[in-house]
Amino acid sequence: MKKVFSRPRYLKPVANHYCPGCGHSLVHRLICELVEEMKVAERVVCVAPAGCAVLAYFYFDFDTVEAAHGRGAAVATGIKRALPEALVFSYQGDGDLAAIGTAETIHAASRGERITVIFINNGIYGMTGGQMAPTTLLGMKATTAPEGRSERREGFPLDISHLLAEIPGSAYIVRTAVNSPKGIRQTKQAIREAFQCQLDDEGFSLVEVLSMCPTNWKLDPNQACAFIDEKMSQYFKPGVLVDRRKKKKPGPEE
Amino acid sequence: MSEKFLMNGNHALAEAAIRAGCRFYFGYPITPQNEVPEYMAENLPKVGGTFIQAESEIASISMVLGAAVTGARAMTSSSSPGISLKQEGLSFLAGQELPAVVVNVMRGGPGLGNIAGSQADYHQAVRGGGHGDYKVMVLAPASVQELADLTYLAFDLADRYRNPVMVLADGMLGQMMEPVVFPEPIARLPEKDWTLRGAKGRPSRFSRSLILDTKLMEEHNWKLQRKYQRIAQKEIRFETFQLEDAKLAVVAFGTAARIAKGAINRVRKEGLQVGLIRPITLWPYPAEVIRKAAARIKEFLVFELNAGQMIEDVSLALQGQGELFFYGRPGGPIPTPVEVAKIIASRYYQRIRK
Amino acid sequence: MSTKGKIEIDAELCKSCGYCLKHCPQSCIHLASRYNLKGYYPAEFSGGECTGCAVCALVCPETAIEVWRA
Repeated sequence: MKKVFSRPRYLKPVANHYCPGCGHSLVHRLICELVEEMKVAERVVCVAPAGCAVLAYFYFDFDTVEAAHGRGAAVATGIKRALPEALVFSYQGDGDLAAIGTAETIHAASRGERITVIFINNGIYGMTGGQMAPTTLLGMKATTAPEGRSERREGFPLDISHLLAEIPGSAYIVRTAVNSPKGIRQTKQAIREAFQCQLDDEGFSLVEVLSMCPTNWKLDPNQACAFIDEKMSQYFKPGVLVDRRKKKKPGPEE
Repeated sequence: MSEKFLMNGNHALAEAAIRAGCRFYFGYPITPQNEVPEYMAENLPKVGGTFIQAESEIASISMVLGAAVTGARAMTSSSSPGISLKQEGLSFLAGQELPAVVVNVMRGGPGLGNIAGSQADYHQAVRGGGHGDYKVMVLAPASVQELADLTYLAFDLADRYRNPVMVLADGMLGQMMEPVVFPEPIARLPEKDWTLRGAKGRPSRFSRSLILDTKLMEEHNWKLQRKYQRIAQKEIRFETFQLEDAKLAVVAFGTAARIAKGAINRVRKEGLQVGLIRPITLWPYPAEVIRKAAARIKEFLVFELNAGQMIEDVSLALQGQGELFFYGRPGGPIPTPVEVAKIIASRYYQRIRK
Repeated sequence: MSTKGKIEIDAELCKSCGYCLKHCPQSCIHLASRYNLKGYYPAEFSGGECTGCAVCALVCPETAIEVWRA
């Protein structure tokens, strides 16, 4: 028998701090698999967020820099302008990207910055203990919306990817989920395409990944996966939000 | 090399930055420093540099951080309210030990203030307006030539110490036109072995300021403090003017010092023995020269274009010696040398028997 | 014991999320009755008719599973 699955080279062989069933650890692995498959380890630079993934640099075995909360797209802009040949991606959560980082994210897209943003949307603020996020669903409870998000009191959830798709500088915006084997495969392919979009100099690319947060959703991991199917993906519908790429798209690889 | 250009301060500092090897400028419009991004927009691309008008001062300081971590010489500029917005970025740059040059062309405040020149951001600059135990070197020019020279120097200091450096100018300096001579464009940039450019031929690295372990964080802080001590030992700069026989010393920086010189020239004609101590580095502060002067000089007059900020550092330097008098004009009015001469003379006659 | 495939699970990395159990088409994985150093009851290979499909490894957030296939 031959080994057909093992830890990717660029995912450091250490235990991670993420909760059982968390989507972050899955996406980290997918990114590391792609860095190896696309042979970009020597030119990839990652911008890590403030949020549960703030320690991403303990797991990624490639150059990583921390950004202040929300500023990932701006730091990535500075890096990419200085290193046009690098593969620069910012890894951000829903608060980082769609609350405090809204301006930086929108304007990076508007400028058509050749960066890729990996947007982990779990509809809640994880690291700080479960406060409401811009993407928290109506009716969903959070520590700062204890009665559940209401349209009148807290307003609607923000579909930032939809907004970004309207911007001409956005070349490829796609939403997937990591709550199932099929979703995980789709997420890997989406990130592959987004990275390729950058390498092909097409424009701004973003992958929004609907992700489980069992701890703050107060569900067990499998229930959290079901929540994404039953609730989250009804409001945040997976699929390609915009594709303005001109070059031929890579086929799916298994 | 000795060709003289007649330029306004904002243009001159931008040209000096380009000659110092700055190839990345990220900024945002705010009066009275708009000529800086405009000059950069026109001239940086000509030397292969990158200019971005960012969406805010907050975004631009983070862009500087991104370029800096790759080893590039990067800068931003703004005026008072915009510098308030950049404080987070300065703290992060200092914590991650990254070089950057930030220019503050001060304007009247607080709040939206006005677009006139002032010196009311002294505390923000030298005490550190951002959070945490860090320092930023602060350079205070008093002429367009010095603004160009200190901007050029700022990039060297930033790289040498891996720390942000602030050039603290004011709206008057930014707008006034004077002849300036520029140095030759820098031939070679210093080598940097700590940059993130993709882990080719070396292990991967990361740059961060988050250190959860308190013992490690304390050690990191003491490392930064040792760096600041080295800077304080080596990089203090100041000027003295007519201090040797002075019975009263004016202490002033930047445009205020320039006005004070004119005032001192006037009162000297009347026989008043007045001199000037002009700090050029506001951090590290030239406390020693003030302390030494206090052995012979008993009267000190601090003149600032604000409601009283540098006076605290003068007071700290004097450690109770001498008498301190403050003359300040916050909010943008620029007194003339004649007006300041009257203030100096009035104080002199009150305090010093002829 | 299957000749088509087998897996190895690093019990100390497992956080007992249950994804591999849920998605194994051959029901080859169960939760161990002893807990690991972190206090989780780790997933354990039952040694059944594994085909080496690697879905367990695909869904494992901890990259705790290695898979062999004939």
